[in-house]
Amino acid sequence: MQTHEAKRVEIIIESIMEERLSAALIKAGVTGFSVLPVLGGSGRSGHWSGEGQVSRIGGMVNVVCIVRPERVDPLLDAAFEVVDRHIGVVSVTDCQVLRAERF
Amino acid sequence: MEGTLALAADNLTSPIILFFVLGVAAAFARSDLSIPEAIAKGLSIYLLFAIGFKGGASVAAHGVDATLVLSLIAGIILSFVLPLIAFGLLRVMSRLSVTDAAAVAGHYGSISIVTFVAATSVAESAGLSPEGYMVAVAAVMEAPAILSALWIIARSGQQAGAMEEGLVREILLNGSIVLLVGSFLIGGITGDEGMQMIAPFIEEPFQGVLCLFLLDMGLVAGRGLREAKSVLTAGLFAFGVVMPLVGSLFGLGAGLALGLSPGGVLLFMTLAASASYIAVPAAMRVALPEANPSVYLTLSLGVTFPFNLTLGIPIYLALSQALTGG
Repeated sequence: MQTHEAKRVEIIIESIMEERLSAALIKAGVTGFSVLPVLGGSGRSGHWSGEGQVSRIGGMVNVVCIVRPERVDPLLDAAFEVVDRHIGVVSVTDCQVLRAERF
Repeated sequence: MEGTLALAADNLTSPIILFFVLGVAAAFARSDLSIPEAIAKGLSIYLLFAIGFKGGASVAAHGVDATLVLSLIAGIILSFVLPLIAFGLLRVMSRLSVTDAAAVAGHYGSISIVTFVAATSVAESAGLSPEGYMVAVAAVMEAPAILSALWIIARSGQQAGAMEEGLVREILLNGSIVLLVGSFLIGGITGDEGMQMIAPFIEEPFQGVLCLFLLDMGLVAGRGLREAKSVLTAGLFAFGVVMPLVGSLFGLGAGLALGLSPGGVLLFMTLAASASYIAVPAAMRVALPEANPSVYLTLSLGVTFPFNLTLGIPIYLALSQALTGG
């Protein structure tokens, strides 16, 4: 089956910043992304869990976007404006998609 | 003194406190006991709805007067001023950076609605009838402290996030405030008739729901303390106990100056003594991400909240009764 090259960008960020990040991505022309809950994990500040958080402050989400390779830089520029000062992880990986016209 | 000790003892053996203690103990013992998030949110919605409605209905029954407006103004002023005092105390009592100290200070000008609910419950148990509009005072005290914290940062030359439009909207329209104020208004509009219609739902189950909610708060506070012990120095711990006492004296002064009832003075003291752990932490993560959330959450939720719940409220009750002759 014919596949096409694409880039998968994952941004793990505090839940409280999710709306701002989504707005920035849409403004940068990113037409599709998914927001997934993060149950817990471990980082520089030690272990954390989403269970029993008293508010959204302690939670994280994973925003996943798949875009054409030439659109990665504008996406990252837009994302960095939002996440620059905040904790989180941004990663870019190569992937293949079936329907290139959708990205 | 004997009366205060008796009050403290009664408070410490009340079901709401014992359930909170159970939660803390379970968290320390690493039990898998947990209240599902959706249920905890449901309990908090019930409490805000009930306390807001009862406050509004009480205002409808007793009428609106100038003291209501003056109490709101006093609440806003206190919320602006208390962070400045907290910041000064933190700089003396701890080695926190300006950023961390400002972030913590912001929490102590804002309020904890659960502490307010617990104090209302204690007031009713003591036969007091606080002014219903204290619910509105609680609502207006949520946000000004955030501005004070950001002002401290700006004045010290540190970088702070701008008070963007989205953040202002999130602070002013956060779900707790909307529900509390909305229920208060509906209670005020529908008055006694509305109260009679829903009284079986918001009065009888109230204490039981509060017990379950405080069990959850105990679990959250206990887990927070367990995981953030390293940030809690002796100076910070002392601040977490001293600051509510200092704040309560400002609340006492405001309550007495306004001529509030003993119950109203108790609630004003409690509001001034409590520290936010929902609205302000969220605002600080957006506007001041460099500040360490472990410090301000551990202090407000792990130290000041349990202190107010167990010892603070009985002290405030004794003082308010002694100084108002209630």
